[in-house]
Amino acid sequence: MIGGLFIYNHKGEVLISRVYRDDIGRNAVDAFRVNVIHARQQVRSPVTNIARTSFFHVKRSNIWLAAVTKQNVNAAMVFEFLYKMCDVMTAYFGKISEENIKNNFVLIYELLDEILDFGYPQNSETGALKTFITQQGIKSQHQTKEEQSQITSQVTGQIGWRREGIKYRRNELFLDVLESVNLLMSPQGQVLSAHVSGRVVMKSYLSGMPECKFGMNDKIVIDKQGKAGASDEAGKSSGKQSIAIDDCTFHQCVRLSKFDSERSISFIPPDGEYELMRYRTTKDIILPFRVIPLVREVGRTKLEVKVVIKSNFKPSLLAQKIEVRIPTPLNTSGVQVICMKGKAKYKASENAIVWKIKRMAGMKESQISAEIELLPTNDKKKWARPPISMNFEVPFAPSGLKVRYLKVFESKLNYSDHDVIKWVRYIGRSGIYETRC
Amino acid sequence: MPAVSKGDGMRGLAVFISDIRNCKSKEAEIKRINKELANIRSKFKGDKALDGYSKKKYVCKLLFIFLLGHDIDFGHMEAVNLLSSNKYTEKQIGYLFISVLVNSNSELIRLINNAIKNDLSSRNPTFMCLALHCIANVGSREMAEAFAGEIPRILVAGDTMDSVKQSAALCLLRLYKTSPDLVLMGEWTSRVVHLLNDQHMGVVTAAISLITCLSQKNPDEFKTCVSLAVSRLSRIVSSASTDLQDYTYYFVPAPWLSCKLLRLLQCYPPPEDGAVKGRLVECLETILNKAQEPPKSKKVQHSNAKNAILFEAIALIIHYDSEPNLLVRACNQLGQFLQHRETNLRYLALESMCTLASSEFSHEAVKTHIETVINALKTERDVSVRQRAADLLYAMCDRSNAKQIVAEMLSYLETADYSIREEMVLKVAILAEKYAVDYSWYVDTILNLIRIAGDYVSEEVWYRVIQIVINRDDVQGYAAKTVFEALQAPACHENMVKVGGYILGEFGNLIAGDPRSSPLVQFNLLHSKFHLCSVPTRALLLSAYIKFINLFPETKSTIQEVLRCDSQIRNSDVELQQRAVEYLKLSSIASTDVLATVLEEMPPFPERESSILAKLKKKKGPGAVSAGELEEGKREGGEVNGAERPGDNAAIASTPSPSADLLGLRSAAPVSAAPVSAGSLLVDVFSEAGPAASTAGVNDDGFLSCSSALSSAPPSVVSEDPAPPLPESDELLNKFVCKNNGVLFENQLLQIGIKSEYRQNLGRMYLFYGNKTSVQFVSFSTTLNVQLKPVDPLVEGGAQVQQVINIECLSDFSDAPLLNIKFRYGGALQNLSLKLPVTINKFFQPTEMSSHDFFQRWKQLSQPQQEAQKIFKANHPMDTEVLKAKLLGLGTALLDNVDPNPENFVCAGVIQTKAQQIGCLLRLEPNAQAQMYRLTLRSSKDTVAKRLCELLSEQF
Repeated sequence: MIGGLFIYNHKGEVLISRVYRDDIGRNAVDAFRVNVIHARQQVRSPVTNIARTSFFHVKRSNIWLAAVTKQNVNAAMVFEFLYKMCDVMTAYFGKISEENIKNNFVLIYELLDEILDFGYPQNSETGALKTFITQQGIKSQHQTKEEQSQITSQVTGQIGWRREGIKYRRNELFLDVLESVNLLMSPQGQVLSAHVSGRVVMKSYLSGMPECKFGMNDKIVIDKQGKAGASDEAGKSSGKQSIAIDDCTFHQCVRLSKFDSERSISFIPPDGEYELMRYRTTKDIILPFRVIPLVREVGRTKLEVKVVIKSNFKPSLLAQKIEVRIPTPLNTSGVQVICMKGKAKYKASENAIVWKIKRMAGMKESQISAEIELLPTNDKKKWARPPISMNFEVPFAPSGLKVRYLKVFESKLNYSDHDVIKWVRYIGRSGIYETRC
Repeated sequence: MPAVSKGDGMRGLAVFISDIRNCKSKEAEIKRINKELANIRSKFKGDKALDGYSKKKYVCKLLFIFLLGHDIDFGHMEAVNLLSSNKYTEKQIGYLFISVLVNSNSELIRLINNAIKNDLSSRNPTFMCLALHCIANVGSREMAEAFAGEIPRILVAGDTMDSVKQSAALCLLRLYKTSPDLVLMGEWTSRVVHLLNDQHMGVVTAAISLITCLSQKNPDEFKTCVSLAVSRLSRIVSSASTDLQDYTYYFVPAPWLSCKLLRLLQCYPPPEDGAVKGRLVECLETILNKAQEPPKSKKVQHSNAKNAILFEAIALIIHYDSEPNLLVRACNQLGQFLQHRETNLRYLALESMCTLASSEFSHEAVKTHIETVINALKTERDVSVRQRAADLLYAMCDRSNAKQIVAEMLSYLETADYSIREEMVLKVAILAEKYAVDYSWYVDTILNLIRIAGDYVSEEVWYRVIQIVINRDDVQGYAAKTVFEALQAPACHENMVKVGGYILGEFGNLIAGDPRSSPLVQFNLLHSKFHLCSVPTRALLLSAYIKFINLFPETKSTIQEVLRCDSQIRNSDVELQQRAVEYLKLSSIASTDVLATVLEEMPPFPERESSILAKLKKKKGPGAVSAGELEEGKREGGEVNGAERPGDNAAIASTPSPSADLLGLRSAAPVSAAPVSAGSLLVDVFSEAGPAASTAGVNDDGFLSCSSALSSAPPSVVSEDPAPPLPESDELLNKFVCKNNGVLFENQLLQIGIKSEYRQNLGRMYLFYGNKTSVQFVSFSTTLNVQLKPVDPLVEGGAQVQQVINIECLSDFSDAPLLNIKFRYGGALQNLSLKLPVTINKFFQPTEMSSHDFFQRWKQLSQPQQEAQKIFKANHPMDTEVLKAKLLGLGTALLDNVDPNPENFVCAGVIQTKAQQIGCLLRLEPNAQAQMYRLTLRSSKDTVAKRLCELLSEQF
């Protein structure tokens, strides 16, 4: 039960203030500014308690969103709401910035009225919201009474995320598997921790009220099928491919009862773009890159760094946007870099050497070497040697997830699964991908 | 300067600062700073040497970054280089960096000191000033070590510029404050004092701060400054406002200097030289006169400066306290401020008047302002001023106006601020007691006090009223009547019920004649309050009831009924239940005579310092109530309570816990031993009554417990005497016969550890006193019945202090020295005595000898008085190894293969005393079957053998 919601700019000026409950006074606005935004020491915790009032905040670029409550509220719910709120705003007016918020403040208040009622989160599905909160105010006047009443029944109905009577000439469906790999590796190449967090994002342009069924190489499903089919060969070949999913969450359209009983994912999709599911895996991760660091201290005033990166995937695939960030000591006074491929530069403002490579095929290796000059200081503290981090994008799913099928059934309209054009894409990105040196 | 062309403004710095200011977020700022730091690093690292300007610019940037809260770990060397530049701005930035960033243990300190030294000897006044400022800003011990000798020379040198002298004086003051031991004025003293005669007012102002500080430490050396200060002051005071030009501040000549001079004079007693004194008095009069003159300006600065001097002068007059004329004038002038518009002035006037009121000369003068002060108390808006007004009323109170002031304070109490209520209550209580002529007035006042501000009436206040009522026969009847009336109010405060219960229980018979306050009415009145009270009050009321049974036998059945009811006799609170059971039994079993003895009227309380005054003192710290006042309080209290009554120890001892507080006594006086007839009588009564007997002395309100009291009246409870040694101290002593280190004593407050070592007739003992509480012990002292080095009088909470005792054994002895420890813990005096574990055997020197020698000597010591033998049962299991260890711990040599029986132990040793050496032989024969030992000791001195035998027999 959120008592109020405030949006501040980086200076702590209030851009949006919406209070839902009487127990939140106006001084709460100032309390957050004084104790968090202007705090002498940076506040790290996303939850702050000030005078029996809890403040939950998220930051998007320079904008602070803070939800306030006096009650013992479920913090996860509040944060989920705040993230949703950010998504909704992005869907309406793009990037969340001070400029955009100021330009759209009427819209934001309208949205806040709709998605929170007396502090209880309501429908926050962008697609549904867009049917009755439009940016072109005039257009909504042309809606007929029938249409308006239809909106009401749809929003309050069983399937609140999709309205009836959608028609497309071409029934199309886009499916993206987006994953981010997180890794911490020791200098000797030992994996200290690794996990993949992934999302399945869909864009559907389907007519009517289609029923969809989504299948992937989930280990439990495959094993079950293997047993049911009793065909050893099929079991073996598919068993190798299957992955163990540690946990997953679904979009509200997925029928959870069916997932619980049969572990099959079936749903009536919302129109447009949405996130079907989120998941996490920790086993058998394909690490797309290996970083081999070599740091040598030559006396007190010099440091030699050599870093080799090896790509570890099919040679036919191309990794993109590769960026290696090599931290430099705080007393660096000059850097010389030599690299075979890509561009490398010492960025003083970030205390790091940044090495960028546009493209790199699989099973290749590349190397950079740098000489770092140091200024002797009277500080006895040794350099902490922060890990080398890396960014990249690869066209496959590092968790090994494969989409097996996506079937569409629409009984009332006369198109079948074969008529739907389906597109599948895998993108693997780096999360926190670090190697200690 | 040539730098001007290049722009002394340091454009790069300005750009950098504006960049930082324009950063939109913390991250952006950090990025910008990182970039700048990298830039500076590469510049400093760069091979080509930087010119002074860029060095200055970068050092300045570093300084700015540091002030933003980032760590700076380089650039120190560049800053030090700047010091040797001969451009002012560069040198200044260098010094600035160093005083902000260089910590004292840096290795650069030698370079810095060198640069400072160069500047000090440079003869360039601006450079000298910069160096002096740097020394003062760093102010570390190293700086003091390096320059404490140099600076006085600069200060008094004839050719030093005035501005440098000023800086030198203040720099020296700073060094003196950090390390007074290093700044030795010795030879310079007189020349420093003569700085007061300096032409330049700035130098005088700076020097006077230094002299004030120095003269506080060693007033005698700087005595000569008094006459100089007086003449200087008179010159300033008598000067026209235009004479001093630069040092005239809004028409007031040199106000700061005047204040400082007056403050310096406050360090000394009035000058003895008549001329000087005359001149000073003249000065003070002039100041008072000038204050009366119409203001020369309407600006607030003018009046502030004038008043500052006036208040300082008045403070000096009060300090001297010898000029009645001036005191009265001061008082009158303060009186004008009492109604001034400025709140601060009113505050200061009230505060100064408080001190004036304590002077005998001005007391009367202060009293004339009573109406204004009372008015201030009522109408003042600022609470701190009201507080001062209350203080002043308290201070000006005497016998003549006590009634008025107490009445005013009482009426004010109803609306008083919560924060000062408790203090007000205490003050009213003290004044009422101190100046009470008529005790019925006193009783009325205190009861009123409880009625108006019951919550703020601390225990001490109502304890005191009871003490006084009990000690004064003439008010008892009146008190009983008033209390009875007060209790009739439908809602009365619990403290009122307590006082009522106590007084009616004692003196209810005095008003029982009146049918309106017949015994039963009294009882019903008290009992109607019973259920609304807390447990301690109920306990007190129960005691009052049993007293009623004694006073009015006709109420016996009613009261027994009440005591017998389940809510008493089965109360979940142990104390209440116990009282109910005991009183019920007592009332039903004991005969009237016994009852009358047991429940006799309380004996009068002994004389002592008023506990309320002690409380006020504790609350406000020693400054608030002057010592003289306390003396007076004591004296007055003495008058109130009549002559001293010597034989009242019983009453003291009769009051454990809370009422021990009442008497200001919380000694560790052991309540034991010394049975007296009445006590045993009571015990008899109870033993008839059955199991309740064992619970005799538990009543803790000190009201009824005269019974247990009588049974336990050790005469030495007067807390200043050393307490008798703890009963267990002998046992403690025995623990240490065979060992030298360990914990000697431990209770909830204190732990005493011991470490000791002995060689020949000498020994050294370390005593560790550990404070186990979180509160400090004050006036901690230890005495030995021999002499002892004093120990640190404060023991902080949780801390430990150490004491070393050197011991020399002059001749043999049998009693261990007594150690007496006294300290105050939370106001209560703690007193305990312990036996120090020094026994004769500590001075043993082991002697190795063969079997033959041993038996030869054994035979030589065959006279009966030389032998001491004891046969005793084993207290501990017979373990050979343990026995051996113990015998070695004793200090003797354990001789093997001497005794034909290997089970037996044989030891030999010489006790070293200063006078003589005493040989000792020992034989211990264990009998494992019977679990018995036979211990035989032979010694050339009979007392030693006996003592050792006693000591050892406890060990096995």
